Amino acid sequence: MIEVDIETRLGDFTLAARFTAPAAGITALFGRSGAGKTSIVNALAGLLTPSRGRVAVRGEVLFDSERRIDLPPEKRRLGYIFQEGRLFPHYSVRGNLLYGTKRFDAAAFDRVVTLLGLGKLLGRRPGDLSGGEKQRVAIGRAILAEPRLLLMDEPLAALDAARKEEILPFVAALRGVLDIPVVYVSHAMDEVIRLADTLVLVDSGRIAATGTVEALTSRIDLRPLTGRFEAGAVIRTVLRGHDKVFGLSELAFPGGRLRVPHVDLPLGTPLRLRIHARDVVLANAPPVGLSIRNAFAGRVVEISPDKGPLVDLRLDIGTPDQPVMLWARITQRALTDLGLRVGSPVHALVKTVALERPSPGGGRGLSEAHEAV
Amino acid sequence: MLTLTPVESVALLLSLKVGVVGTLCSLPPALLVAWLLARRRFVGRQLLNGVVHLPLVLPPVVVGFVLLVLFGRRGPIGAWLYDSFGITVAFTWKGAALASAVMGFPLMARAMRLSLEAVDRRLEAAARTLGAGRARVFWTITLPLMSPGILTGAILGFARSVGEFGATITFVSNIPGETQTLPLALYAFTQEPGGDPAAFRLCVIAVIVAMAALLASELVARRLDRRIRGAP
Repeated sequence: MIEVDIETRLGDFTLAARFTAPAAGITALFGRSGAGKTSIVNALAGLLTPSRGRVAVRGEVLFDSERRIDLPPEKRRLGYIFQEGRLFPHYSVRGNLLYGTKRFDAAAFDRVVTLLGLGKLLGRRPGDLSGGEKQRVAIGRAILAEPRLLLMDEPLAALDAARKEEILPFVAALRGVLDIPVVYVSHAMDEVIRLADTLVLVDSGRIAATGTVEALTSRIDLRPLTGRFEAGAVIRTVLRGHDKVFGLSELAFPGGRLRVPHVDLPLGTPLRLRIHARDVVLANAPPVGLSIRNAFAGRVVEISPDKGPLVDLRLDIGTPDQPVMLWARITQRALTDLGLRVGSPVHALVKTVALERPSPGGGRGLSEAHEAV
Repeated sequence: MLTLTPVESVALLLSLKVGVVGTLCSLPPALLVAWLLARRRFVGRQLLNGVVHLPLVLPPVVVGFVLLVLFGRRGPIGAWLYDSFGITVAFTWKGAALASAVMGFPLMARAMRLSLEAVDRRLEAAARTLGAGRARVFWTITLPLMSPGILTGAILGFARSVGEFGATITFVSNIPGETQTLPLALYAFTQEPGGDPAAFRLCVIAVIVAMAALLASELVARRLDRRIRGAP
């Protein structure tokens, strides 16, 4: 477990953050700029001393104001990947990579160099590297110090879209290949959904909610924090079948199967999907005579109390013991005309899904939008 | 014309010896003071800053006289040095080195402090998250990154040492072969009737030494800078 319960004042900003998250997979600290995400990570790393509180990772107390424990950063064994890389300019790439190693392990070194594609860069200086290359070296340097937890503070924020795509698979690979838990700071929801297992929502120096990405993104009350226009549910599926004749693949989830154009992955691969609220159409009877084939029976669980022309509805399209949450965004007029209330049976038609990546435990990441069929 | 007279070569070699020893001796304390002033907040910080800069603003004669009082054979420090180690500082080349070290100190400490303040502390934080303790961070990150400043400070201190006159003549007098550095020899020639041509030759030597020091520092600084920045 990662346990954080800290309070501190930074100028006229008060940070009072308290959460626990599993020390496994990727935990995202998500929130607006200035919400206090970086301060939380700095407190974990020991670069910021809170005025009060406790920080522990996997049972080891790193900071405890009451017991007067405050391990210095070098004793905490937490790797830190900074937004700006912070490579040492007077060391070569190789020197940077080896800076944190206790003793040279050629096999481990070669593995990291291969994983991050650093082979050709080893003799170069940080000043000669591109932004994406710098970040890859920074990731390798942190890993080679054998941390028990990796902290990543918006490692992609300083990169353009193409460079981000260059780095994201490496971050996703950290989970599968190296099995180092990661705390990932971000203010970009698409990154979080693609990478994270656990989501910690940070708002104005406080923790608004902690939970799985699926649970938090489906909560209507958290919409102001998780983002209204990109709003959508995240569901876990397993690749169950390929339809060679029509070139389709079937993704199973509790309560149904979703058909998408062929996905070139082996059967049984777990896949995480994101279905935007705007891509879900509602009907109060099973649809006939429509081109959309992905229709699921469910019922309305929650209706957002919005006053504007649009409302968001949360639907359960799963089974009684395994609920699967979906969002739909419709007009107030449609809501009235269909007579939908909490508990109403409803049919959800899915237009498009975004395949974010294989679910936790999977290998390489992928992200593509698919028309559902 | 191209060969040095015995007086000249003795004075030149003595000047270089005094300059090198003086610079090397004031390097570590200057680094310490630079670190205290740049990184630490303590009571009396401004006082320390003032004391460090004193040799720069005081008449050199005052510095020489204070050194004489403290380090003379009967002075508190001078007597202790002689009784404990048999070292005499006053009226020896060691005293000349001490005088030039004191006079060069503010320039060195200042250059080092500026370069230390320019070191990106975020790199030091990054090194600590990689398991490096404070000492290792200092030796592997801070010191290399401030090395151009250390070099600049050392060259300034050395140039000041070679040119030092007032404190030296007050503290260790003007003894040929022992304490008569280039400026003191030059001064001695100007006091002699018909000594002007000899004084002029020493002027030229002084200019050559100063220029060589500056050129060398420029070359080394550029190399260090390239090492640090990594760009060609």
